[in-house]
Amino acid sequence: MTHQPAADSTAFAASAAGPARQSPWQRWSGSVEAWLLLLPSVVLLATFTHIPIVATLIDSFYSTPRPNRPSRFVGLRNYEDMVADPLFWKVMWNNAVYAVGTIPLSIALALAMALFVNDRIPGRGFLRMAYFTPTVLPMIAVANIWLFFYTPDYGLLDQVLRLFGVGATNWLGMQETALGAIITVAVWKEAGFFMIFYLAALQQIPPDLREAAAIEGASRWTFFRRVTWPLLAPVTLFVLVNAIINAFRTVDHILVMTHGGPDNATNVLLLMIYETGFKFWDQGAATALTIVLLAVLSGLALFQFVVASRRVHYQ
Amino acid sequence: MSAAYRPSTGYRTATTIAAWVLGILWLSPLLYAIWTAFHPAAYSTRFVLGAPLTLENFVRAWHAAPFSRYFFNTTIIVIMIVGAQCVLCTLAAFAFARSKFRGRDILFSLVLLQLMISPDILAVVNYRTIRALGAVDTLFGVALPYLTSAFGIFLLRQTFMTVPRDLEDAARIEGCGTLGVLWRVYVPLARPVYLAYGLVQVSFHWNNFLWPLIITNSVETRPLTVGLSVFSSVDQGIDWSVITAATLMTSGPLLVGFLVFQRQFVQSFMRAGIR
Repeated sequence: MTHQPAADSTAFAASAAGPARQSPWQRWSGSVEAWLLLLPSVVLLATFTHIPIVATLIDSFYSTPRPNRPSRFVGLRNYEDMVADPLFWKVMWNNAVYAVGTIPLSIALALAMALFVNDRIPGRGFLRMAYFTPTVLPMIAVANIWLFFYTPDYGLLDQVLRLFGVGATNWLGMQETALGAIITVAVWKEAGFFMIFYLAALQQIPPDLREAAAIEGASRWTFFRRVTWPLLAPVTLFVLVNAIINAFRTVDHILVMTHGGPDNATNVLLLMIYETGFKFWDQGAATALTIVLLAVLSGLALFQFVVASRRVHYQ
Repeated sequence: MSAAYRPSTGYRTATTIAAWVLGILWLSPLLYAIWTAFHPAAYSTRFVLGAPLTLENFVRAWHAAPFSRYFFNTTIIVIMIVGAQCVLCTLAAFAFARSKFRGRDILFSLVLLQLMISPDILAVVNYRTIRALGAVDTLFGVALPYLTSAFGIFLLRQTFMTVPRDLEDAARIEGCGTLGVLWRVYVPLARPVYLAYGLVQVSFHWNNFLWPLIITNSVETRPLTVGLSVFSSVDQGIDWSVITAATLMTSGPLLVGFLVFQRQFVQSFMRAGIR
């Protein structure tokens, strides 16, 4: 990090010297060339990301076009309807529970896994593979595997619980357990993925620190709390933001396992957008919901940016 | 760790046990599915040593749905997307890394917006666009919104910026044009990044579900993920032996690829994930 300003200033000097040598013609042809290189990507990104964002915002102020009734401007009506719909609040609540349920658990498990595999324990390679494998599987395959795992009476979970005298349980079919069951699947899929970032960071920690701490007589826990955990803070931030994004962006397993049920107990925002947009073909309502999702994601991006830029000073 | 700081044996035993318990717990849902897929239905939930192994479930699954077509569709979609991304992201990344033009930084931050907001979130409007282009229910329609990627542009730009200017100048003196410089100097130096990025993208698009679900509605266009979900929800009732076989079959190529290239996979995900 200390080398950064020096490197920057030479880069700046070089680039400042650059344009001075160039004639206006060269500069002009240079930027034409740059735009030609950018053209395909810019067109695609604009068509499928930037223009749709604007179009979604505009559509959210219009009614849904129907065969006998063309779309017309309705102001904030779609948003008023949305806020008045108890399902919207239920879905937002579910999303919050889902996020709060997955994040601390994924982070704690990912960190534990990384610490395990970072030590020289027997079967380290096998364990790393065991933790990481769920990451490679398609979410649809994961959903099927867990659907089977949760099957009342027949699935592995109930078979194991039977040994403890617990009867058949419909984990995905009951209001009280469905969301928890879905959260478990997300944690299973994600923890191994986050583990590798912690592992990479752990390997960066210089061994001298550990030796110094040993000489000082610091306990293992003190070392973790005072040295390891603070040094891992950037990774934790990265993992945190990604886990929240995933909580709002992943619906594959919910679609397959519960379809948002029972009675919307596992319905989340993106699933509601999908159902509103492509089952009921209600464009007005779906675009208003999409704007809420975009607001959440932009807020997260902003949070990450602010926290990350504040962190630079003492890294 | 160094000899100066050796953990106590008690601590080591405890960690090892904890690590293994977690590992077995972690693999158990997958192992259960593997057991069921490779045994006759009579043994699917009975764990008997020496239960007969069989591939019957895989054969039945393969014939019960057009999986060969689904495999073909997924392969074409993945090749289209990853191929196009390698070219288009390279061109854009090069322009962002090495050209100076008005509005470059604003444009770059606009590009980065797509890191957070992927095309499937804007599905309502994007579906309309694809319909207007007449590409609903085509393989091209599935691939089109993903043919370039903010993430790829970002990753390659970072890499290209570390290439020494001298190398480029030398190539220019040798008579290389811009594309020549890009092809002979920048691309070869970025080869490990392409490998990492490629692995991540192949596994991402092999697994993608929501957008293909929206845009496809026939056997000719469905990728494996959508095909599998249709297969397990409609066709099979609850024949778990066949469903688990189909599930393993569809994730098989990725799983095998992962076991073979484990090190590269983990490193790629790591490299690609750190932004």
